[in-house]
Amino acid sequence: MVFYDPGHEAASEHTLSVFTENRVGLLGRVTATFTRRCLNIESLTVSESEVPGVHRFTIVVRASAAQARKVAAQLERQVDVLKAFVHGEDDVLVRDLALYKLDGRHAGPALDAVVAAHGARVLEQSDALVVLELTGSETQTAALFEALAPFGVAEFVRSGRVALTRPMRPLESFLAELEAASEQG
Amino acid sequence: MTETRVNGEVAGAAEAPLVRGAEALVLALLDEGVDLLFGYPGGAIMPVYDALHGHRSRLRHVLVRHEQGAVHAAQGYARASGRVGVCIATSGPGATNLVTGIADAQIDSTPIVCITGQVPSSLLGTDAFQETDVVNVTAPLTKWNVQVTRAEDIAPAVARAFYIARTGRPGPVLIDLTKDAQGALVAYRHTPCTRVRAYVPRPRVSETALDAAARLLDGATKPFVIVGQGVVLSAAERELVAFAERTGAPVASTLLGLSAFPTSHPQYVGMVGMHGRYGANLKTNECDVLVAVGMRFDDRVTSDLSRYARQARVIHVEIDAAEIGKNVKPEVALHGDARDVLTALTPRLAARTHPAWIAEFHACDAIEHEKVVARELTPEGPQLRMGEVVNVISQKTSGRAVVVSDVGQHQMAAARYSAFEAPRSSVTSGGLGTMGFALPAAIGAKLACPERTVVAIIGDGGFQMTMQELGTAMQSGAAVKIVILNNSFLGMVRQWQELFYESRYSETEMQNPDFVRIADAYGIAGARVEAREALGPALDAMLAHAGPYLLEVVVERESNVFPMVPSASSVSDVRLEV
Repeated sequence: MVFYDPGHEAASEHTLSVFTENRVGLLGRVTATFTRRCLNIESLTVSESEVPGVHRFTIVVRASAAQARKVAAQLERQVDVLKAFVHGEDDVLVRDLALYKLDGRHAGPALDAVVAAHGARVLEQSDALVVLELTGSETQTAALFEALAPFGVAEFVRSGRVALTRPMRPLESFLAELEAASEQG
Repeated sequence: MTETRVNGEVAGAAEAPLVRGAEALVLALLDEGVDLLFGYPGGAIMPVYDALHGHRSRLRHVLVRHEQGAVHAAQGYARASGRVGVCIATSGPGATNLVTGIADAQIDSTPIVCITGQVPSSLLGTDAFQETDVVNVTAPLTKWNVQVTRAEDIAPAVARAFYIARTGRPGPVLIDLTKDAQGALVAYRHTPCTRVRAYVPRPRVSETALDAAARLLDGATKPFVIVGQGVVLSAAERELVAFAERTGAPVASTLLGLSAFPTSHPQYVGMVGMHGRYGANLKTNECDVLVAVGMRFDDRVTSDLSRYARQARVIHVEIDAAEIGKNVKPEVALHGDARDVLTALTPRLAARTHPAWIAEFHACDAIEHEKVVARELTPEGPQLRMGEVVNVISQKTSGRAVVVSDVGQHQMAAARYSAFEAPRSSVTSGGLGTMGFALPAAIGAKLACPERTVVAIIGDGGFQMTMQELGTAMQSGAAVKIVILNNSFLGMVRQWQELFYESRYSETEMQNPDFVRIADAYGIAGARVEAREALGPALDAMLAHAGPYLLEVVVERESNVFPMVPSASSVSDVRLEV
C-alpha cells in the first residue's frame, strides 16, 4: 500500500498550534517551513503559553490535509520546536480581536445600533474619533467591517487568530512524555 | 564542585580559570574530542586563530584554499570516520562560502559543526565590514544554529552543537561567534550536553510495530530490502547482514547506502534509482513486502511516486518521524535508530530463503550485463570508458578503498562499478549533487582515516570547481589519490541534452587545462593515460606512491550512463539503452 500525494488534494483551512522554546531566530525557521512549500500563512500569532518559557504559535494555513500533517512533522523536526498540532475544526475554539476607527462625527444613534447589533463595544470616544472593539470569529469581525462601511472606516486592524483546544490534555503531559523519551538518547 | 543541571546542560560554580572566549571555544572543542579541523582565517575570527596557535600540538588545523573546501573536508572527515567534522571561517564571505557545504550536509545528514566569526555585537545590523546575517542565511540549511554574543555562552553552545549534530538524524550545526565574545574573559568549564528538552534522538521502538513487521515479513514471498545511509549512520552494518540473512531477502542500496552491505554478499542485488541496477528497479514494482531501512524515498530513487511499489506492503525503518509517510506511506512504521530496530526485529523473524525470487534478479543482471555492463567493462572501441576505469581501481584496491566521488556520470560509474567490502567506503554528494565536493571531501576522509586508501573519482568539470584544494593536499600532505575521468564534457548534462534535448549541446563542452601540470605546480605527482594497456600500470604507480597523486584518465567523450529511469517515469520503465 503506497501513499500518493500529488499535491492536488483540495486545500482547506487548518489551524496549527506550535509550542517552542523562546529562542532568537525560531520565528524564521517556523515560517520558512511553510514558505519553502509555497504555503501562504493566512494568520500567525505568537504568545506565551501556560508553561513558563514555552511559546505558542497559532498558525492558520490553507493546505491539503496531507500538507498540513507533513508541515507539522517538519516543524517538530526543529530542535527548538517542542510540539506541533494540527487541529480539526471541532477541536478548537478560535477568536480574533478587531479594532475599528471612525471619525468622531459619526457618533450617534445609527452607529450605536450597529455596535449593539454586532456585540461590539466602544473602546474610546472623543470629538475626533470613535474606536470600536469586537472579539469574535473572522466572519463576525468582517461583518462588522461591512456594516461600518457606510460610516467610513478610517483604520481597521485584526489580530491573527488565537486558538484554544477543547480536549483537556495539558501541554505539560506531552512535554513530560517527550522528557522521558529524550532521556534515553 | 557543585553542578546545577539546566536543560541537561551543566552550569556551575566558578572555580575554573579565566580565559578569553576564543580560548574557551578551543578548550570546548578539545573537550568534545576534536583533534582536527579545517578552516580559513579572517578578521572576525582572528582571536580564535590566535587561540588555535597555542594548542596546535593537540588540535590540528588544516588550512584550505576556499571555505567551501573547509566544509566539504569536514563532511568527508565525518562520512569516512563517523565522528563530527569541524570547520571554521570568518564572517561575511567566509561564512557565505560555507553555505553550499552546509546545505549538502543537511540533505545528506552529515554531522558537522561550523564555526563562523562575526562582527562585534555592537556592530550587528549596521552593515559593518564583512557582516552577513549568517544565522538567518543558514537557518533553513542547518539542523540547529545559534549566534553567541557572550563568552559565557560559548562552552554550552559548543556542547549543545556537538550533541545535536551527532545524535538522532545527524546534520550540520552552525555557531556564529561575535568578535567581542571571543575577546571577553570567562571562567571556562566543560559543560557536556546530554539532553535537549523535547528532542528525542533515539526513539523507543514500538513493540507492536516490531511484531507487525515480523508478521508481514514472515508471510512475504517476495520480500525486498532497500538500505540507505541510516544503516551507516547508526553503525548497523553487522545487524543488517544478520537481518538480511534471516529474511533471505534480496538487498539493494541507495546511492548513500553504498558500503552498508557488502557488494560480494550473495543477497546483494545492487543499487536502486535513476542509474541503479536493472533488476533492483524492476523488482521494486514486483516485490510483495518492501523493507526500507534508513532511507527516505528520494525522487531519484522512486521516480514517479504514483507508480512506485504500489503493489508492495511497506515497512519503513526510519529515525526521522518527518520522513515517515512523507513520500511513501508505510503499512508498518518502525520509528527508531536502524541498529535498534534491526537488533530487535531479527530475532522475531522466521529464518527464510528465497532462492527463486533472488534468481529473478540474477536473470535481470544477465540482461543488464549483455546490454550495458559488458560494453562498459570490456568495450570494443579503443577509448577507455568510465566503468572500466572504476572497475580496475576497485579490483586493485580489493573493494576496500574509500571511494569519494563528485557529481555526474563518473559518480554513477563509481557507484555502479565499485565493489564495497568495508563500511564507510563510499562518500559522495547525493542529495544536493554538489560539483566540487570530491577533492576537499577526499582530503577530509584521508586525514580522518590515514590508514585507508582514499581514491577521489572526479569529472573534469567538478574538479575545476574546487581544484585550488590541491594546495590543501600539498600543505597537509593528505595522500589522496585523485582520478580525473576526463571526457571534456559536462557529461551528465550532455547525456540529458542528447536524450531529451535533441543533442543540442548547449554549453557542455569544456576546453580543459593540463591537469598533470597543474598538479605538478603544487608539487603533486601525476600522470595522464589514454591507452587501455597503460591504465593498469598507471593505477599501480598511483596507489604505490606515498603522497597525494593525480591521475588524469582520458575517457570516451560521448558515452552515456545506463540503465536509466528517466525522471517522472516509473521504475518499471528503466531503460538499458537509448
